[in-house]
Amino acid sequence: MSKGKIVSVSGPLVTAEGMETANIQDICRVGEIGLIGEIIEMRGDVASIQVYEETSMVGPGEPVVSTGEALSVELAPGMISQMFDGIQRPLDKFREMTKSNFLERGMQIDPLSREDEWEFTATIEPGTKVGPGDIVGTVPETSVIQHKIMIPNGVNGTIESIQSGTFKIEDTIYTVKTEDGIKDYTMLQKWPVRKGRPIATKINPVEPLVTGQRVIDTLFPVAKGGAAAVPGPFGAGKTVVQHQIAKWADVDIVVYVGCGERGNEMTDVINEFPELIDPNTGQSIMERTVLIANTSNMPVAAREASIYTGITIAEYFRDMGYSVAIMADSTSRWAEALREMSGRLEEMPGDEGYPAYLGSRIAEYYERAGKVIALGDEGREGSITAIGAVSPPGGDTSEPVTQNTLRVAKVFWSLDSSLSQRRHFPAINWLNSYSLYSNEMNKFIGEKLNVDWPTIVTRTKALLQTESELEEIVRLVGIESLSERDRLRMIVSRMIREDFLQQNAFDDVDTYTSQNKQLEMISTLLHFEDKAARGLELGSYYDELIDGTADVRERIGRMKYIPEEEISKYKELRQAITDTVQEIIEKGGMDSDA
Amino acid sequence: MLKEYRTVSEVVGPLMAVEGVEGVKFDELVDIELQTGERRRGQVLEIDGDKAMVQIFEGSSGINLEDTKVRFLGRPLSLDVSEDMIGRTFDGMGRVSDGGPELIPEKTLDINGQAINPIARDYPDEFIQTGISTIDHLNTLVRGQKLPVFSGSGLPHKELAAQIARQANVKNSGEGFAVVFAAIGITFEEAEFFLNDFKKTGAIDRSVIFVNLADDPAIERIATPRMALTAAEYLAFEKDMHVLVIMTDMTNYAEALREISAARREVPGRRGYPGYLYTNLATLYERAGRLEGSKGSITQIPILTMPEDDITHPIPDLTGYITEGQIILSRDLYNSGIQPPINILPSLSRLKDKGIGEGKTREDHAATMNQIFAAYAQGREAKELAVVLGEAALSEADKKYVQFTDKFEAEYVNQGNYTNRSIEDTLELGWKLLSILPKSELKRIKDDMLKKYLPKGE
Ligand SMILES: Nc1ncnc2c1ncn2[C@@H]1O[C@H](COP(=O)(O)OP(=O)(O)OP(=O)(O)O)[C@@H](O)[C@H]1O
Ligand SMILES: [Mg+2]
Repeated sequence: MSKGKIVSVSGPLVTAEGMETANIQDICRVGEIGLIGEIIEMRGDVASIQVYEETSMVGPGEPVVSTGEALSVELAPGMISQMFDGIQRPLDKFREMTKSNFLERGMQIDPLSREDEWEFTATIEPGTKVGPGDIVGTVPETSVIQHKIMIPNGVNGTIESIQSGTFKIEDTIYTVKTEDGIKDYTMLQKWPVRKGRPIATKINPVEPLVTGQRVIDTLFPVAKGGAAAVPGPFGAGKTVVQHQIAKWADVDIVVYVGCGERGNEMTDVINEFPELIDPNTGQSIMERTVLIANTSNMPVAAREASIYTGITIAEYFRDMGYSVAIMADSTSRWAEALREMSGRLEEMPGDEGYPAYLGSRIAEYYERAGKVIALGDEGREGSITAIGAVSPPGGDTSEPVTQNTLRVAKVFWSLDSSLSQRRHFPAINWLNSYSLYSNEMNKFIGEKLNVDWPTIVTRTKALLQTESELEEIVRLVGIESLSERDRLRMIVSRMIREDFLQQNAFDDVDTYTSQNKQLEMISTLLHFEDKAARGLELGSYYDELIDGTADVRERIGRMKYIPEEEISKYKELRQAITDTVQEIIEKGGMDSDA
Repeated sequence: MLKEYRTVSEVVGPLMAVEGVEGVKFDELVDIELQTGERRRGQVLEIDGDKAMVQIFEGSSGINLEDTKVRFLGRPLSLDVSEDMIGRTFDGMGRVSDGGPELIPEKTLDINGQAINPIARDYPDEFIQTGISTIDHLNTLVRGQKLPVFSGSGLPHKELAAQIARQANVKNSGEGFAVVFAAIGITFEEAEFFLNDFKKTGAIDRSVIFVNLADDPAIERIATPRMALTAAEYLAFEKDMHVLVIMTDMTNYAEALREISAARREVPGRRGYPGYLYTNLATLYERAGRLEGSKGSITQIPILTMPEDDITHPIPDLTGYITEGQIILSRDLYNSGIQPPINILPSLSRLKDKGIGEGKTREDHAATMNQIFAAYAQGREAKELAVVLGEAALSEADKKYVQFTDKFEAEYVNQGNYTNRSIEDTLELGWKLLSILPKSELKRIKDDMLKKYLPKGE
């Protein structure tokens, strides 16, 4: 502990002298009201502190006390369904304690309740040799999550005693005989947020994260353990994409970080998630969700911390062997917080004023995602999939945050304002988005669904690509110049865009599409092309085919609203397509084998 | 007695440095007395040891290093509030300016306010009928939303804002309702337009008005919206009123920020605006909302003129990143005589989804909205195509879309500034226009709704 005095205050940056015994990254209490801050630079006995609360009416001469501890999160049962601020203060407790709807300053609150009681079941016996990451027991934290209590990092020895029962997180539940004698352990661990939690080893992602969003799962899948970037101008749909994935992804745990964005968006999550049922567990999705909220009007330094708080919590659940998805909306606001602190420290500015270390900070963050074998004797596999929104100024993705993110994220969902303005949602541009996991993921999906999925995907993408080339021609010389076959391609591509890629997040049925239903839908569209193309080959006219199929095409247009339970209807629809085209061909008086 | 300093050591733009000070706090309010006896107000932007950097709201012209007296007031810049503010006019710093009596304050509030605890927010989902079809149906405003108007110089944003203030006002007349109006660096004429409109409709008796005109001190503009929002918060969250805050023009606000930033020699961001412009604007816009357990609400309509009509300019861009949508005025529509010239395609209300539908407006609201957007977009595209290739190159369907688009602009968008349409009237008009298109094109509307609402035999 080190006690000094404030020398200067400039917004969120405070410097204090007399801090010679403090360490970089120490948490401090700043000023008479005890604001929370973190030392980010030391020069002689002067510490530069980024303060996580507003510094209004704080001035020189006021005390600064370092706690000697780095910014850490508390890890124990009680995190799920909670909403924390950027430095893990629980916002409901915050409101209770201050009796205010506004964020008062200088509040110190335990991140996790010391009173709540949990049912702990020991899963090992006294006498067992244990090391870091070994599981000693479980707590049913929610109806879907078994919280596994793990031996903390650095602890090796033999279990001396352990008991099942009802405990608070600070109660001793087991003791370990170590080289330095017998030590007591509770359910509560702490971990410094800026340091990744240790793992046994990283492994390659093999399995897709199924999001229920058709354009993502079919065209640009992300792997469990992968990283995806969602850049796009304002209003293009970044937040909705992130919310949709948080709602429907087939993962065990979701950590959602609202980083410098709107307060109402967090309220939306809090209101809506408890009502939504996870198709995989049949339980409310809130039972698997941890929320971190540091909205745009909350102090900028805590915004910088919020994504580390989030990823550390994600790592902890990964270590239990869970698949975790972490959403950060928006990483640009985090980068701006970095820039603001860097500017106040008068560091040498790099590109667009961002500090030179922007790229390495972004890479470090995404590096904490991945599929791993966790510490512990069972070799548990866990994964973190990191999905970050990027908000490029003016929508121009050549800027530093997007560019540095694309260097490390293997999936790029490019949101396009020309699509969102036409209300094509999700406004993910199918021509310039990509997923470097496509090959492995498509193979995996094909085996799972027992179809030639890679070919289906390739054909769909090729059609869309052709459409954009044909559109160019139409723009120059008009639709009449196209062959009938190409005009058919245009129609089918349009159907793919409207009837498959467009997906309304706010429609009860359309909001989520299982992989099976995605397969049925895309197969139906390709079936239409096959049949109609056959019709052309057999001499039907394009106009005949188009007029004659108006009704079935209308049915195709509505097929996204077929509920999951009525999946057999797609087969009927395909039969109707076959029959209709056959009729058209026959009317044309040609023989057919269609 | 407060200590008085005569140690101004430097004046740069709107900033001054005062040395040898003691006990000065960040953000502290400063009283400055010039050698002429004139008094100005300032705020501590930075305090380093015994040296304070002060931003002077009225600017630094005429400040004399030797004779200027400076006192630090021991509190941040605040506003006296009471219910009697309603019906009164204040200057950009919150001082009574209508010649009436001073206010007897119920309390004094720090104009920076405090951030709302996200958990205390109540999600905005109550439909506000503005009587304007392009807003009510297509870009629905809800109580507690922040929905800016992006305009261009010379476009009729003031007419639109006044129309909203007037018409939204009527519908909610049963409940406590107030308009807080902040003029930020606008011309006398523009301010008069609002005041006259408020007077004519009686809205003035429900309004709190803060005025900083184009020839008022520029740096004051940093305080003016905060004054307005502080008054709004008091009325909404302590007096249970529904408050509509109109702030115009946010571009002038951002320019004042830029001026300070330049004087501080900060690393400039895009187009010279400071890198923290996003965060700074957020501290204003995020003061809109509703709180759990509180009856009132703050709905914000900030207005800004986009320099050179450029939506990627940092001011509209960062605003769009914070607000819950935007209403965009179009010069093309305006030039073709359409009033209000709202371009629906890039306009958006993000909060519409929970404020519309059965029980709020009508069950067919969302579907018809989506269909109109799609049809209008298609029609506009077809029209562009027709310009290049001629009408004849259009498909039959596209010709219908063109017809729809023309009628839509002429009848639906172009309602004028004095037509107040109920949402039902708007929906009926929407259906009438959609019936121009072949039924098979109405893919975004479910069958049962088509059956129920689509006009037959047209
Ligand atoms: N899949 C979708 N289905 C229906 N509507 C959508 C969908 N995606 C986006 N939208 C619409 O677009 C609006 C804007 O989306 P969103 O809030 O996600 O934008 P954003 O990219 O996060 O913008 P910002 O950068 O300003 O936060 C939503 O309010 C909604 O109206
Ligand atoms: Mg967003």
